[in-house]
Amino acid sequence: MSIRCCAPLTACAAVSLLTTCAIIYVLLEETIAFFREVSFSDFFLETRWRPQGGTPSFGIWELVAGTANVVIWSLVMAVPVGLASAIYLSEYAHPRARSILKPVLEALAGVPTVVFAYFALNFITTGVLRPVLGNDVPIFNALAASIMLAVMILPTIASISEDAMTSVPRDLREAAYGLGATKLEVAVRVVLPAALSGVIASILLAIARVVGETMIVAVAAGSSPNLTLWPLSTIQTMTGFMLQIGLGDAARGTIDYQALFAVGTMLFAITFLFNIGATWFVGRFREEYD
Amino acid sequence: MATAPVVLRAQGRVAVRQAVSNASRYVFLGASLLGVGVLLILAYVTIEKGAGRLSWDFLTNYPSRFPEQAGLRSSILGTVWVMALTIVMALPIAVGTAIWIEEFAPRNKLLAFVKLNLSNLAGVPSIIYGVLGLAVFGRYFGLGPSIMTGALTLSLMIMPMTVIASQEAIRQVPPSIRDGALALGATKWQTVWYHVLPGAAPGIITGIILAVSRAAGETAALIMIGAFTFIAFDNTWPDQDFTTVPIQIYNWTIRPQEAFRENAAAAIIVLMVAVFSLNLLAAIIREKFRRS
Repeated sequence: MSIRCCAPLTACAAVSLLTTCAIIYVLLEETIAFFREVSFSDFFLETRWRPQGGTPSFGIWELVAGTANVVIWSLVMAVPVGLASAIYLSEYAHPRARSILKPVLEALAGVPTVVFAYFALNFITTGVLRPVLGNDVPIFNALAASIMLAVMILPTIASISEDAMTSVPRDLREAAYGLGATKLEVAVRVVLPAALSGVIASILLAIARVVGETMIVAVAAGSSPNLTLWPLSTIQTMTGFMLQIGLGDAARGTIDYQALFAVGTMLFAITFLFNIGATWFVGRFREEYD
Repeated sequence: MATAPVVLRAQGRVAVRQAVSNASRYVFLGASLLGVGVLLILAYVTIEKGAGRLSWDFLTNYPSRFPEQAGLRSSILGTVWVMALTIVMALPIAVGTAIWIEEFAPRNKLLAFVKLNLSNLAGVPSIIYGVLGLAVFGRYFGLGPSIMTGALTLSLMIMPMTVIASQEAIRQVPPSIRDGALALGATKWQTVWYHVLPGAAPGIITGIILAVSRAAGETAALIMIGAFTFIAFDNTWPDQDFTTVPIQIYNWTIRPQEAFRENAAAAIIVLMVAVFSLNLLAAIIREKFRRS
């Protein structure tokens, strides 16, 4: 009996393990081919990323800077708003208000990113940034992408931080009130620190999502690699470069095709680190209070 | 002699602290309304721009280089084909994995590793799944940029979240139901098939609907496998090239002509109605079965 029903189920479970193996194999195979053509020092020590042209240059840092640019500016916007929403939902909101606000916030998480990409280009840049900051703002800029990325990660930060804050034991709040703390002081100086591992986990997950997001940055941030963290510059991220190659139908064996996988490996490694970090902090949080 | 009631009023620093605390409520409320506000503004902007283009012709015309004649026919058909195949492939494997983890797996390091692996896969960017699909299904299996490649790629992409949702649904079935069935002589497999799965079905269905609504909006992974193409025929078989609604939106968004932007806005309305309907359906199923 146990063989008959267990073998197919085990095979199902094996699919997810195979997927991971396949991702790593596929990425590494072409990445190794890439490093036969381009040396490690060119990849990690050069700063210019110009895969096309007479003297191609494959310094990854321009693409990493592009990704870092949108990560920094989207976090600057999403973290304060996300944490404030989490504090409101967990500490202040009437249960009825909470039962309306939370699903609406989560509806934002269901919006396809190509829709955010459309808004970043056609609404944020042309309708908000240029009228406010002047027409010097380039049509493709990191700030427009960062604003929509911030909207995209807002539910991640708010929802996970709120879960962490709700599971902070009531005793801690009561003790603080007993000592004369106000509601704000309890929220900011007791609940927030007590929920810190959950808050950090939510931010790390949000970073992983921004690093991996493609459509918003490909549409709104441009496709010119640029070693800058200035939000009003035209840039290219790692994912933006990958999509550009995907659109161009590069043939197997060409350096463009191999560069796609080399950048993909870099992207995979970075998101993996942030995801592992988030899992670790969530685990730590559960240990503390559950 | 009656004494006047004593009213205790905070003074000095305490009063300031209380006032700041009372005001903070509105700051935090404002922050959480910001998300709602953004959603409303975006909905308004899209409807204002795109509603004029919505018509039966817009849904049934092929794409075209003339914006006023272009429509969503091939992208809607492509989306339906890819989604249907994705469900057919992902659902059995995801449910099988979840049953194995919750009911059959030995509680050892292998299980811990399988779970850790799933949570990591859930965080892998969709464009990496696209690269995987391109290299394995498109090139190695020789399926090209076909519906089948797209569906296989998206199946792998939604697998982790479907497994995790199914696991939760299976865990919600009370142990007493398993114990009852086993006590009456049912085998472990009969218990799972006749008692655990029916109990977990609403949760599993909710999970797959949410996963499909995510897959229906996916763009990057499908562009990576080569689906950024011009399709002016009705898909009839999984080996054909295809396009989807999000890819069509991307195509219209990056064109310079204003008229194509209107098409993009109209297509966004269509996509958002579909995505929110799926989310609503999932919420209704969840609510209905929570009460019973």
